[in-house]
Amino acid sequence: MNAAGILQIVVFFVLLTALAIPLGIYMARVYQGERTFASVILGPIERGLYKLCGIKPEQEQHWTAYAFAVLAFSLIGILVMYGLMRLQALLPLNPAGEAAVAPDLAFNTAVSFATNTNWQNYGGESTMSYLTQMLGMTVHNFTSAATGMAVAIALVRGFARRSAKTIGNFYVDAIRSILYILLPLAVVFTLFLVWQGVPQNFDPYVSATTLEGASQTIAQGPVASQDAIKLLGTNGGGFFNANSAHPYENPTALANLFQIIGLLVISGGLVVAFGRMIKDGRQARALYAAMALMLVVGIGVCYWAEAAGNPAIASQGVDITASDQAPGGNMEGKEVRFGLSASAIYAAATTGTSTGAVNSMHDSFTPIGGMVPMVNLMLGEVIFGGVGAGLHGMIVFVIITVFIAGLMVGRTPEYLGKKMESKEVKLAVLSIIVFPLSVLCLGSLAVVLPIATPAIAAAGPHGLSEAVYAYASATANNGSAFGGFSGNTPYHNSALALAMLLGRFIVIIPTLAIAGALAAKKTVPPSAGTFPTHGWLFVALLISVIVVVAGLTFFPVLALGPIVEQLSLAAGTLF
Amino acid sequence: MSIHRPDAISLFDPAIARQAVLASFRKLDPRDLVKNPVMFTTGVVAMLSSILFVRDIVLGLGDNVGVVGQIAAWLWFTVLFANFAEAVAEGRGKAQADSLRKTKTDTRARKIAAIDSKTWTEVAASDLRANDLVVVEAGDIIPGDGDVVSGIATVDESPITGESAPVIRESGGDRSAVTGGTRVVSDRIVVRITADPGSSFLDRMIALVEGAKRQKTPNEIALTILLVGLTLIFLIVCVTLPGFALYSGAALPVVFLIALLVTLIPTTIGGLLSAIGIAGMDRLVKFNVIAKSGRAVEAAGDIDVLLLDKTGTITLGNRQASEFIPLPDVNERELAEAAFLASLADDTPEGKSIVALAKSRFGLQETDGLQRQMTFQPFSAHTRMSGVTFAVTDGRGREEIQKGAPDAVIRWVADWAGGGTVSVVPKDIIQAVERIGKAGGTPLVVGKNGRLLGAIYLKDIIKPGIRERFQTLRKMGIRTVMVTGDNPLTAAAIAAEAGVDDFLAEATPEKKLSLIREEQAKGRLVAMCGDGSNDAPALAQADVGVAMNTGTQAAREAGNMVDLESDPTKLIEIVMIGKQLLMSRGSLTTFSIANDVAKYFAIIPALFIASYPQLQTLNVMHLASPQSAILSAIIFNALIIIGLIPLALKGVQYRPAGAEELLRRNLFIYGLGGLVVPFIGIKAIDLIVAAFGLA
Repeated sequence: MNAAGILQIVVFFVLLTALAIPLGIYMARVYQGERTFASVILGPIERGLYKLCGIKPEQEQHWTAYAFAVLAFSLIGILVMYGLMRLQALLPLNPAGEAAVAPDLAFNTAVSFATNTNWQNYGGESTMSYLTQMLGMTVHNFTSAATGMAVAIALVRGFARRSAKTIGNFYVDAIRSILYILLPLAVVFTLFLVWQGVPQNFDPYVSATTLEGASQTIAQGPVASQDAIKLLGTNGGGFFNANSAHPYENPTALANLFQIIGLLVISGGLVVAFGRMIKDGRQARALYAAMALMLVVGIGVCYWAEAAGNPAIASQGVDITASDQAPGGNMEGKEVRFGLSASAIYAAATTGTSTGAVNSMHDSFTPIGGMVPMVNLMLGEVIFGGVGAGLHGMIVFVIITVFIAGLMVGRTPEYLGKKMESKEVKLAVLSIIVFPLSVLCLGSLAVVLPIATPAIAAAGPHGLSEAVYAYASATANNGSAFGGFSGNTPYHNSALALAMLLGRFIVIIPTLAIAGALAAKKTVPPSAGTFPTHGWLFVALLISVIVVVAGLTFFPVLALGPIVEQLSLAAGTLF
Repeated sequence: MSIHRPDAISLFDPAIARQAVLASFRKLDPRDLVKNPVMFTTGVVAMLSSILFVRDIVLGLGDNVGVVGQIAAWLWFTVLFANFAEAVAEGRGKAQADSLRKTKTDTRARKIAAIDSKTWTEVAASDLRANDLVVVEAGDIIPGDGDVVSGIATVDESPITGESAPVIRESGGDRSAVTGGTRVVSDRIVVRITADPGSSFLDRMIALVEGAKRQKTPNEIALTILLVGLTLIFLIVCVTLPGFALYSGAALPVVFLIALLVTLIPTTIGGLLSAIGIAGMDRLVKFNVIAKSGRAVEAAGDIDVLLLDKTGTITLGNRQASEFIPLPDVNERELAEAAFLASLADDTPEGKSIVALAKSRFGLQETDGLQRQMTFQPFSAHTRMSGVTFAVTDGRGREEIQKGAPDAVIRWVADWAGGGTVSVVPKDIIQAVERIGKAGGTPLVVGKNGRLLGAIYLKDIIKPGIRERFQTLRKMGIRTVMVTGDNPLTAAAIAAEAGVDDFLAEATPEKKLSLIREEQAKGRLVAMCGDGSNDAPALAQADVGVAMNTGTQAAREAGNMVDLESDPTKLIEIVMIGKQLLMSRGSLTTFSIANDVAKYFAIIPALFIASYPQLQTLNVMHLASPQSAILSAIIFNALIIIGLIPLALKGVQYRPAGAEELLRRNLFIYGLGGLVVPFIGIKAIDLIVAAFGLA
């Protein structure tokens, strides 16, 4: 660890917060239907879209109707994308002549993109046509992100409203998310990336001859536009197989810094918007602080572990200390142009949010360094989390925290003036239980079923990490791969798709039900006896509950995976 | 008046403990156990491990038979300990119910056909139905709950209330309710029975105290759901672990997995949850308050607004003389003497206080007045004055002193002087009267022989210590509202002096009801107490309505709690008991969950050390062997339930304070404590287990 590396982390946080605050204020105005500076241009388009789709923006939905709209919208998205992939050979914009995608892979990929996971069991440049990438991947990057944002806003409305029957209109929330937030940001970010050297074209692949005389095919395509939204929408599905480690997706250090900020800024902004909409900035600051603290600790541990490097390499007489000439530590699987610190930030940020884009190979991290992204997934994607999903996931944890600890002040637990009663607890528990159910059951099957195990490349605890990571990533709708796991088999394609569906919809439905139940409640004005949900004590408590719930659930698996691997590594045993 | 509370029952009364031990076995019945999902799970796996133990013995399997047997035994103990906790709590309730039941002897009733019937038929009390009329005379036991429809009587209610002084019960008004089992001391009344047999007040009280009709409260249900959720998560962890273990080349004996499951699921809070609830009701009963449901006790902890009647709650029931305000041409002693003489025969508390004030200010003696020949005129609602006339020996004839309501005395003075024409009223007396009114007092004016002497300041005396209690309530986040029939000016003065947050002046039952509705519409929970029939709607509307036992049947039906001692300030204690109940649950839940960390550090290395010796690093407690580690964890898990029974029954200590402070304190004790204690406990048990070679 060195000063430059730590400075990078500090600069990153300052920039992130400086951008998230104005964005959050803007988003709150957008979702509340207030005029913004963008309304002059986007207002008519918005109204035109409503007319075109027959949406009555003033007609709000009960939570069940809202949930039905989310499900129907996602289902149609999955079907359309599945069709696109199966028929891409017959469709235009396919200069590389990619064949139809196999049914199981097409299903997995369609679910993956519709659930904002972007788990990729394929290499984009060698499987998908330009049309599929644009109409399928890129469109879903917008719509799945907008779905998540809409659900979070609906939940926020549940807190902001009192004795109300409705929680908003899904179509309006989704359209506003895309039109006012995702699209303008994506355009700006795309231009920025193009400036940094990311290609944006429909050219056929270029053949080149390397210095050694070998011939190489260099893929081209509309990379920048997908790159921008993959991050802004916390999707993570790269245009290229190497994702943001590929020089065409992430060419410079500046591009890298803004990629990390890009994948966090909307999630961070939504927390700010939450504070605005409930008219209590302190509550938002507490959640933001909890998320930021967990992110910092994750980055710190990861950076420290990677900077400490691999003792097995050091024991071979290799100097792994940092110097002006060499970054030192464990550089395996990392891009030299990013180094340790930026790789650690990227790894923690991409798994804390449900992005899943990578600029280094998590499989090559030291066991503890690689455990950080894995733990981030297991915490349930609440470290800023997926756009929307992070906020509503965090609020569910807040409900659990408030319920356990709130009783300790001698009152029926309440959050933001809403009493947490058996209905809310039931729904919160339901949405939390899905995660261990999916990760542990499917993960356990993945390491024992003869049909599943061939996918695991490494032996011993490292192999266990690879498989568990895959299912944690899918359930958390993250999409990053640890590597060393060949998931493109009919079994894993189906099981992973199941994990993604569970992790998305069995969380969203109870969340919307909570929103509906909360909106219908009265709001209790705060008093000196009210459990305080701002301030450091609560932040610490919230983090403890998240860590303890995840820790208690996953400690055995972590012990058998990265922990035992690190202990073995220290003893000189490799897997 | 002496008030006896039900005898404090020691925590582990031998008789109760004996009963409870038997009951803990009876409660193993799966139909009972299933009501507590955490303990049901424990029971199921205890059965499973017992079967495995028997199988191992029969088939001569493995070298772990001894440990398996011990684990199975301790799992049963875990369930039994939880049952014991519940049984002890119930036993304490039963003991109190028994003392109540003693009053329920089989009485005979004299049933009459109509109020004025001369003839009666004797029936058993248990045959009475609602709306039957009975006549009760001195010495009779009142056969059932009812309203007095005719007559007036003194009734000894000590069997129910513990209050030794008999109370008056009369038809009409707010003192018409009588309770079955109480005894008429004097006179004769006709009572209309209001309750069918088995549903009388006493019956319901007994049922409630015994916990026979105990239903889970909303909060308890929510907590149970959370505990079920945690149990399910750990079930998933334990069911999937063999897969990961298989991959890692470790073989996990089923009993060890069961041990892991039971140590992880929240058995501590799961085992004590119902005991906490029963004990909470019990604590109320000890305060002589009967809650009609656990829901009401819980709601008490959530109260935001407390409506308190001024008289009797905030102020002493009676006003007291605090100052003599003479007119400019009168000296204070002269006024005091006159007031003293006029009050000598006045038995009202106000009159007595005037005498007392005069004595203390000027050392007047009763004998000073008694030498003279005096005739007293008692207070009458018609004249609104009381006074004294005495013959004067120096020949001037007769002297007369009157004291009373200002306008009445002023008119009397005017009459004395000029036969009907009201002379000019001195400005000073008007000023004095106004000043007293503004300060929240009641003015009395004293006149002597057609001359005004001055005014007496009768003050509402704020109960000692009440101001501090309101401060305490404010700290707890509860707003107090004083309800009074006084005018707003007087009410404001008293409110300021007592330190309440708000007041409702010129209160009527309708105003009270609408105030409650208003607060509730803002999302607040309101508590109040009342006794009169006209309080009934407000009592029913309030989230916590405490009816005074001396009140009407209607009030007692409307409220969700009944205070047997009829002490309105008890609302404060009720709120505290409610809070304590919730706090006990929250603290033990936190404790239970925090415990799991240490258990993981005991069991995980133990399970996998064979295939990964490196995991010895995680054995931070340096437990002797994998078997002793698992056994110690399971023993700790069982013993902690027993260890915490006293806390569950007594409740977590509650000190009125803001939420922030309470949270910090409880988090420190039960969160941090929960994290640390099992590390120490498991290590200590491991030392014993290793020393005796148990594993």
